[in-house]
Amino acid sequence: MDPQLLSSLWTATLETIYMVSVSAVLAALFGLPLGLLLVIAAPKGFLPNPALYQGLGSVVNAGRSLPFIILLVAIIPLTRLIVGTTIGSTAALVPLTLSAIPFYARVAETSLLEVDRGLVEAAESMGCSYWQVIAKVLIPEAVPSLVLGLTIMVISLIGYSAMAGVVGGGGLGDLAIRYGYQRFNTQVMLITVVLLIVLVQIVQWVGDAIARQMRRR
Amino acid sequence: MITIRELRKVYGPFVALESFSEEIQAGEIFGVIGQSGAGKSTLIRCVNRLETPTSGTVVVDGQDITALSGPDLRRARQRMGMIFQHFNLLSSRTAAGNIAFPLEVMGYSRLQRKARVEELLALVGLEGKGNNYPAQLSGGQKQRVGIARALAAKPKVLLSDEATSALDPQTTRSILDLLKDLNQKMGLTILLITHDMGVVKHICDRVAILEKGRVVERGRVADLAAQPHSRLAQDFFPQRSQQPLRSGSLRATIAFQGETANQPIISRLVRQFDIEVNILKGSIETIGGQSVGQLQLELSGAETEAALQYLYQQNIEVEVHDGSPAFEQLVDSHP
Repeated sequence: MDPQLLSSLWTATLETIYMVSVSAVLAALFGLPLGLLLVIAAPKGFLPNPALYQGLGSVVNAGRSLPFIILLVAIIPLTRLIVGTTIGSTAALVPLTLSAIPFYARVAETSLLEVDRGLVEAAESMGCSYWQVIAKVLIPEAVPSLVLGLTIMVISLIGYSAMAGVVGGGGLGDLAIRYGYQRFNTQVMLITVVLLIVLVQIVQWVGDAIARQMRRR
Repeated sequence: MITIRELRKVYGPFVALESFSEEIQAGEIFGVIGQSGAGKSTLIRCVNRLETPTSGTVVVDGQDITALSGPDLRRARQRMGMIFQHFNLLSSRTAAGNIAFPLEVMGYSRLQRKARVEELLALVGLEGKGNNYPAQLSGGQKQRVGIARALAAKPKVLLSDEATSALDPQTTRSILDLLKDLNQKMGLTILLITHDMGVVKHICDRVAILEKGRVVERGRVADLAAQPHSRLAQDFFPQRSQQPLRSGSLRATIAFQGETANQPIISRLVRQFDIEVNILKGSIETIGGQSVGQLQLELSGAETEAALQYLYQQNIEVEVHDGSPAFEQLVDSHP
């Protein structure tokens, strides 16, 4: 294989991993508290707050309904404000993170709601404050489910990162479009597709293994 | 230890509990029995304020629970333990971690927690199981962890919410024995709710039967069991004989407990009166630590009436089910 092509594939793989991992970490970091807020402010939550719940819910839904390719270009001014540039892998981080936050907020909300009400009741019967219930019961008990949700999010992000080429973000998807599709290079197309599949498989396998390990308890 | 006055709880138009009052003594095991929806869950949840009553007061160990809120309420809850039907253990923590949980909430140091957890594991018979996760324990073992957790902070009161309803009969018995043992060793006051008469029979000192939010019967378990007409007795001694009666005879149930159980009532009856006695059915149960029995008799002969009078005089509970109108009258006119 052409050494130049090999080096392009290597760079593209690293770019994809960079974009996906950084945006996944940031999305989890912002999405989890958002999901928690949705659970707390819900009509049957600890501190029901219909205005906050509705408002937050609408924002999350709006964020999720926007097609990623539109978001990518629509928020270019915001991207410039945050990372100081509008092109490259780093510029792609902002839209990737922004699209993944509402996704993970819903994942976290569902995971937290799945925690047995009886556990919350037991904790309250032992004199736990709301914060203790959240920190000692809700989150620890939801961890396996949160990990599985994270896996799903990372896999979606791998898919979204293929569109990063629009802002010069690079990555495997971009390589496939420019070389494989636009230059009719079937070999590149096949290799990138295989690499993407392998990447997704690895993520799924690791996520399942971690969640299984935790659930076995 | 627990004083409940005029407790009432409504959900919209639905009355879950109506004017419930009870004085539960220290060291007593008090049972509340009823079908689902009878209001017993509401009652027990009002005692530690997982539910706030619509009106009425609950005083536990001199403290008015219904008047508390915020940190005071949380501290009051720490002085009561609670166990649950589905154990409600944290799956992310080991048995020891679960038992340490309330101590952690109360701010015990790691060292204090460790010592107390070992003590508690031994108390409930789970030595060496501290490092197991709930998923690795049987139902009975999980409930033992639940009991240890409830007792971690040395409460004087234990609330038991259908604690044995998810267990098989043999495990139920061992858990009830453990509760009885803790009650006797530590003077623990237990308020338990259940739908299982067996639980009441096995460990309760007193009982209240709830139906649609109201108490329909209450009293000492042994006393109630010794009254043939009580609901409790009917549940303990089911299936009355349905054989057709011979003409001129009547069918009666006599109940006896403790002392009277040891006396040869029937043979005296036959010797003193000109009657025939036919035993249709009989059983003796140990209820509330006492022997309580019921006998179903078919009585006939000239002196049947006098024989019944004699039984009344002996302070034996008699209930005449069916017979000629004259006998019904006799029963009705009896004080």
